[in-house]
Parts: sequence; C-alpha cells; structure tokens
Amino acid sequence: MKILIPTPLRQFAAGQSAVEVPAGTVGEAVQALLSSHPELRRHLYNDQGKLRAFVNLYLNEDDVRYLQHEQTPVADSDTLSIVPSIAGGRG
Amino acid sequence: MASIAERPAALTNDEILRYSRHLIMPEVGMEGQLKLKQARVLCVGAGGLGSPLALYLAAAGVGTLGIVDFDVVDFTNLQRQILHSTADVGRKKLDSAAESIAGINPNVDVRKFEARLTSDNALDIFRDFDIVVDGTDNFATRYLVNDACVLTGKPNVYGSIFRFEGQASVFATQEGPCYRCLYPEPPPPGLVPSCAEGGVLGILPGLVGIIQATEAIKLILGSGEPLVGRLLLVDALSMRFRELKLRKNPDCPACGTRTITKLIDYEQFCGIRGEEKPATGNIGDMTPEELKERLDRGDNLFVLDVREPHEYQICNLGGHLIPLKELPQRMGELDPAREIVVHCKMGGRSAKAVEFLKQQGFTNVHNLVGGINAWSDRVDPKVPKY
Repeated sequence: MKILIPTPLRQFAAGQSAVEVPAGTVGEAVQALLSSHPELRRHLYNDQGKLRAFVNLYLNEDDVRYLQHEQTPVADSDTLSIVPSIAGGRG
Repeated sequence: MASIAERPAALTNDEILRYSRHLIMPEVGMEGQLKLKQARVLCVGAGGLGSPLALYLAAAGVGTLGIVDFDVVDFTNLQRQILHSTADVGRKKLDSAAESIAGINPNVDVRKFEARLTSDNALDIFRDFDIVVDGTDNFATRYLVNDACVLTGKPNVYGSIFRFEGQASVFATQEGPCYRCLYPEPPPPGLVPSCAEGGVLGILPGLVGIIQATEAIKLILGSGEPLVGRLLLVDALSMRFRELKLRKNPDCPACGTRTITKLIDYEQFCGIRGEEKPATGNIGDMTPEELKERLDRGDNLFVLDVREPHEYQICNLGGHLIPLKELPQRMGELDPAREIVVHCKMGGRSAKAVEFLKQQGFTNVHNLVGGINAWSDRVDPKVPKY
C-alpha cells in the first residue's frame, strides 16, 4: 500500500513524499515505514508507544480512530495518510 | 457595536453598482449582498492568511471586519502578506491593513484590536462577531481560538500552512467537529518547526486564505456545502487537493463532554512556559564583536556552520558546513583540540550543536550569539540578512 508522508516529516524519511510498503493492517504499514526510517518513530509515537495526539492516520479518507485503529485491515490499493497538526499562517 | 436591529437594511446606489456582479447571480442577489453587509467577521492575525482573506472579504462587501494583531510589518513579510506594501515596513500591521481595506472598499467598518489574543480578552473580542477566521501562526492561539469559538458558539474558519502544504476546515459549528476533535493535543515545542524555521512558499497563504474567505462567505450566505466535517489538504507542489472526513468526537473536552467551560492557560497547555530560550549569557557564548576581534587578531579559530546547504548559499562566513542533523554522523570532521565557534542563522541551532559537542567531550566550543544575522547587524552589513 501507499503511505503519504506530510511535508514536516519528510526530512525524517529521506525527503520522500510517499512510500510503498507491503502490509495487511494499518499497524503493519506504519511498522514497515518505521523500520526503514527509524527517525520517524518519535514523531509518530510517544514513549509509551501510543500514537501522538497531534498526529492522525487516515486510511483513504477515514480517520483510523473511527475504524479499528492500527488493527484496521488494508488492501494494496489503499492509501494511508499521516496528517500532523501544523500551525503556520500569521507570521 | 451595532446590535442586530441596527444592522443596515439596504444598499446605497453606489453599493449596488459596486456589487453588480454579485447582485446578478441568484446565489447572492440583493438578499445575499445584504447578508454580507450585515455580517461581522473577525480575522485573527493580519499576516499570511489574514492578508488575502481580509482583502477578499472587504471586496465582497462584508460590512464589519475585525482584525486582531499586535505586530509590525517587516521586510520578510512582503513575500506573502499582500495587505502590506514596501512603504508600510515598520508600521503597525493593523494600520496598514485598515488602509489597504479602505482602499479597496471604503464601506467596510474595520474594527482594530491591537492585542495578542489571550484567554483574558478573547471572549470579549469574539462577542460582537458572527464568524471567526483563524489566521494565526502558533498552536497556543489556535487552541484558544477554537475553545473560544466553541464557548461562544461561533464558527471557526480554520486554515494553516507549512512550506507548501496547507489545511483548511470549518470547525465549531453546531453540528460539526472542532479543532480538538481532530487534534486533542498540540505537539511539544521544538518537535515541529515553525514557519520562521521551516519557511513557506509565498503563494500558499494566498491559496489557503482564499479558501477560508470562500468558506466565510458561504457561511454568511448560508449556501453551498461548507467545509464542516471535512479537512481539506492542499499540496501546492503537486497541486493536489485532498479531502479527509472529520468526526465530532463525543469525548472531546471542548465540544463533546464540554468539560472545558472557560478558557485555560494555552501557553502552559502547549508547553511553552519554561521552554528554553535561545542561549544568551551562557558559558561558551561569543558575541559577533568578539569573533571579529579574534579573527582579525589571526587566532586559530575553526568556524562551524550548522545551517542547511541552501542557507549557506544565501550567505556565509566561510565556515565549515555540517547541518545540525548531520552532526552526530560527521563529528569526525572536527578536531577536538581546536577552538571551535559554531553559528547558525539566529543562534538556536548552534546552541544545540554546542551542547551536543560538549556532551561528546569537546571542551573548547563557543556559540556565536544571534548567529549570522547578528553578525550582519553588528559587524558586517554586507552579509545579507534573511
């Protein structure tokens, strides 16, 4: 499946905007991404291994929090988006 | 401020001519144009997002535009903040904004709030407006705007940008989710780079600010499908617009369980209080003047530049370039026996580099206070500031 990496996190993923990973669930997809880009881990998960509250994962257009979280099954044709909060605008 | 009963009930002949292209379309018409004239929209921030937003809302005939800002126009703003012009550098953004708006449409009643939006003033400022548009640049103010919108029952027209990517949505409507439903907590300081560190493509706030203006106008007219329950993602480089579904979170402390009944300390919520300030007065600091003197004396100093290669191209002091994040891998390029002076743009990244090098056993390392920008200010103005 395809994982889309947002601009602020691309520096931790060798500058890539998207990667293809083999996965059966959302969790497996993220783990596959993290095994090739370990620096991303602290930006996605806290010390307790919980997805950070300012990062959301979307399977296609749905928030995985309202599916089956990391256990949500995925197909090869699916796209997983990492959507962190960004704050810029006034300055 | 005028109460609803006193809101204008008719357009003048001049206004009818001005809004002709609105009046002849059935989606706006006389009824819609009057709604625009009666509308009171608050723009929080008169910068990147606030600029296109305020200009288009004014041009469209929004009757009352409030603007909250405390900043002064500087040269680095002009690449994207089209409310302000070169001659405005050094002026209050509020004054410059009010003038630009009056130039486009003198019928607009501009209400200026020269203040930083805080938990103490937000509810007061929001009270007299129908819609709040969030054009701020930090997490603390974004959570503040959201919570104040939820508490006062006003829609929060949200937009946010980073480099060439943006987000937009409409939060805090009666039936829709709020910003906290999407992001319950802000990132800790330092984990996400700010616009000042990360940069922003100048047209991007134009794109996103106009999406916000469009949403504000649709809310006023009560027509179309507002961006409620949807997060629009804009990627200007690939020019792709994507849409994600948002849900109202029943456990959201703001709009769900409503456990947030008053505004909190948002700086504390965002972990800003107690955040390390850029190092000043620390052992190992070196001022630009000292560095100049030492270099002129012919001292054997090793200047280490920890900025990015594209920054080095803008200007440099002839230092050895190792970007901060490559430092752990490339430490071997440094001689621990030599006296090293580390610099970046403003002194923040170099302070981190100095701390790291000291942990690694380097004893004779200094941080150039204020970075290459301070060098430009105080030693050599031929070095450009950026």
